[in-house]
Amino acid sequence: MEHKNINVKLKVWRQRNSNDKGSFETYDANNISTEMSFLEMFDVLNEELIRDGKDPIAFDHDCREGICGMCSMYINGRPHGPWHANTTCQLHMRAFNDGDTIVVEPWRAKAFPVIKDLMVDRTAFDRIIQAGGYVSVNTGNAVDGNSIPIEKDKADASFAAAMCIGCGACVAACKNSSAMLFTSAKVAHLALLPQGDPERKSRVVNMIAQMDKEGFGACTNTGACEAVCPKEISISNIARLNMEYTSACLTSDK
Amino acid sequence: MFSKEVAELLQKLNRDENKDDLKIISIQTNDMLNSKIPAGPLENKWKNYKSTCKLVNPANKRKIEVIVVGTGLAGASAAAALGELGYKVKAFCFQDSPRRAHSIAAQGGINAAKNYQNDGDSIYRLFYDTIKGGDYRAREGNVHRLAEVSGNIIDQCVAQGVPFAREYGGLLSNRSFGGTQVQRTFYAAGQTGQQLLIGAYQALERQVALGNVDMYSRHEMLELVMIDGKTRGIICRNLVTGELERHFGHAVLLCTGGYGNVFYLSTNAMGSNVTANWKAHKKGALFANPCFTQIHPTCIPVSGDHQSKLTLMSESLRNDGRIWVPKKQGDNRKPNEIPEEERDYYLERRYPAFGNLVPRDVASRAAKERCDAGYGVGTSKQAVYLDYADAIKRYGKIEANKQGLANVDEETIIKLGKEVVKEKYGNLFDMYEKITGENPYEVPMRIYPAVHYTMGGLWVDYELMTTVPGLYALGECNFSDHGANRLGASALMQGLADGYFVIPYTIGNYLADEIHVKPIPTDHPAFADAESKVRDRIHMLMNIKGTQTVESFHKRLGKIMWDKCGMARNAEGLKQAIKEIQQLKQEFWSDVRIPGEINEMNPELDKANRVADFIELGELMCIDALNREESCGGHFREEHQTEEGEALRHDDKFMYVAAWEMKGDHEWQLHKEDLNYEVVKPSQRSYK
Repeated sequence: MEHKNINVKLKVWRQRNSNDKGSFETYDANNISTEMSFLEMFDVLNEELIRDGKDPIAFDHDCREGICGMCSMYINGRPHGPWHANTTCQLHMRAFNDGDTIVVEPWRAKAFPVIKDLMVDRTAFDRIIQAGGYVSVNTGNAVDGNSIPIEKDKADASFAAAMCIGCGACVAACKNSSAMLFTSAKVAHLALLPQGDPERKSRVVNMIAQMDKEGFGACTNTGACEAVCPKEISISNIARLNMEYTSACLTSDK
Repeated sequence: MFSKEVAELLQKLNRDENKDDLKIISIQTNDMLNSKIPAGPLENKWKNYKSTCKLVNPANKRKIEVIVVGTGLAGASAAAALGELGYKVKAFCFQDSPRRAHSIAAQGGINAAKNYQNDGDSIYRLFYDTIKGGDYRAREGNVHRLAEVSGNIIDQCVAQGVPFAREYGGLLSNRSFGGTQVQRTFYAAGQTGQQLLIGAYQALERQVALGNVDMYSRHEMLELVMIDGKTRGIICRNLVTGELERHFGHAVLLCTGGYGNVFYLSTNAMGSNVTANWKAHKKGALFANPCFTQIHPTCIPVSGDHQSKLTLMSESLRNDGRIWVPKKQGDNRKPNEIPEEERDYYLERRYPAFGNLVPRDVASRAAKERCDAGYGVGTSKQAVYLDYADAIKRYGKIEANKQGLANVDEETIIKLGKEVVKEKYGNLFDMYEKITGENPYEVPMRIYPAVHYTMGGLWVDYELMTTVPGLYALGECNFSDHGANRLGASALMQGLADGYFVIPYTIGNYLADEIHVKPIPTDHPAFADAESKVRDRIHMLMNIKGTQTVESFHKRLGKIMWDKCGMARNAEGLKQAIKEIQQLKQEFWSDVRIPGEINEMNPELDKANRVADFIELGELMCIDALNREESCGGHFREEHQTEEGEALRHDDKFMYVAAWEMKGDHEWQLHKEDLNYEVVKPSQRSYK
């Protein structure tokens, strides 16, 4: 790959902690190789800030290969930046041109309070899973794996929903800060499998109740979540969630 | 036995070259280690153990507290399983959620001796393949148990709703992996680790919801608390507020993964670290076989000094791709401009029988050899080509035949071939293109080996207990099951075996004697002492106020390790590395610069704590590599190779686990656990 060095200007959200008001600060990132990943550009900038005696920019990251779901930057008005089906850590600097100004913010949502700079608290997602995003099966009492045949199409659809990495881009992109795509992916993953059937009704009802309790907004079918999802989780999962929810409410014995 | 020579060598080194600033490294031998392998025939050991180990009754379980550090496959499964049993569990991870642990990144699959394919698999065969793959440096008893429970893991995961790949009949699909002769690998596309971890995470969150597990995310363990010779808790730092916290436990389980990041560049996540294990090591837990590291041959190469981590490309790519470098040194032409006769398909040339499918260690070393000799490609010259042009043509022709096309032109064949390759490897090719910006359907991929997995780790006995009473190590952070080399699709198996099916039994055998111990209040002096030790160290780090960043030290450590304790090692280089690391340690503790404050979110401070421990571990790894004067699995000593350049084991001298006890600064004592092969007969590997 032909590569070159570029200079970019960064407008980055700085916020000392959750109580701080926060503001944008501008930085010059010079001589950035287009072979760098977006986060490596931040590494270089942070090294400079430390050498200059300044506070480096805090951001979440871990696997840096698009699977752990930890990285979470809102880049030029889009979660995870300009590339399709991509996480921030997979974004590379060749996506930008020399002289570009890049605006970087944290996920913005009431249910995701800022911890510091670009880091937010996403434990609300864990609590949604706690509300029912599992199959209640204790270790050791499983039957032989092949005694539960599952239609390949259903297994594949379930897998496609289970690919969600829980990064929260869907919430960040949504004008209502709704967590419907995240929640629906888990509901669909388990509702499509026979193992998930016994708890099907209580799961969807409880997970939605928790979602509302956390302060996530409602879904108005804009589709921004699907458009920015790094794992291309389909909005049809939300349709399935609505179906599951309605049917659970209409047929519940409780 | 050996080791006198090495001891003398090291002492001489210290005397001659480092009179002032280094202490003597001592190497001694003794046989104090008791692996507690149950007596009886191999296939009955685990069965008998389970029938005779002590139990804790349900009412008492509720009174017993267990701490689990790390929430990857081993930690999440252990925390969930122990919560289900009724223990009071506290689980800790440094990430923002337990679902992010690095087990999530595993691609290929998980082995299990189900024999669903009717191709002759059995518990014994899985056991045998694992022992042989480990180059005869693993324990028979542990490995057999691993093979025995492998089938239960698949059943449990299916019951949890893990969406494994399936056939049209609705049953589970298998693929072959890593040179075994049977199809025993279960998978979920290229995201097996993710799906298994999400399964374990959901089981864990269910226990959190039920109140059996308290989850502490963004917490890092920084010290182990011991009272009267037993493990009684941990000190950890709340990474959001910077506060130090004290937590009591009747037992502590370390499930903290591998230490590959000692090399700075590896396929590990950025946060993966050895700190919790290193604290345990400093409290007396022996560290076993630290030099056994696995270098994976097919990773995307380094693109420059800014490189922060390396990405693995599944080994399956070697099934169809051909690996080559130009025949001319320093050839700067584009790959497509280099004619066929000027290409050196060096694996096919050197290993005509196995060709591009030689094992990981052999392929890695061969790539390094070519690049070191000046034949490397790409900007950095530290890469070789993995070429799909032939495969595309081959598949194109087959496809044309299938479709009954006659007299097809070259262009159509290539078009058809690309479609086939896309179906088989599309996601990997896309990943490559995102990182490099090159289209691998048009130009050969550039690959280079990278650190991937660490077989070494805390020494544990059959019950997974370290040499510190009440302290356990599970998954990659222990040393027990993979010997000197891990087979593909076995890491996930071991993590879940330890967590779901081993620890729930073995921990009871210890805790049964702890039921009378009331939870110890954390104002006990031992907790206060441990906390003040951590506080002092943090203050010391923050007060250095030097000029060099943490990252720059980590990079330098990584370079020393990679150059001198990487794919190939020799005595001269290792001795030099030890010296350089000792100097680096001094420089770190006198010149590191950590910005920010102690009582706030401070990722640089977190990193400094980890790098300080990596530096000490690096030294121990080099000492272990120097001590092991043989080549086996991932450990290749240049002085010990066959005439054909293959690894040469010395079973007469080194058929043992090297377990190191820390005695002081730069000072370790070697304990040996002899490996007895009662069932398998060790032999030398050949791939010609």
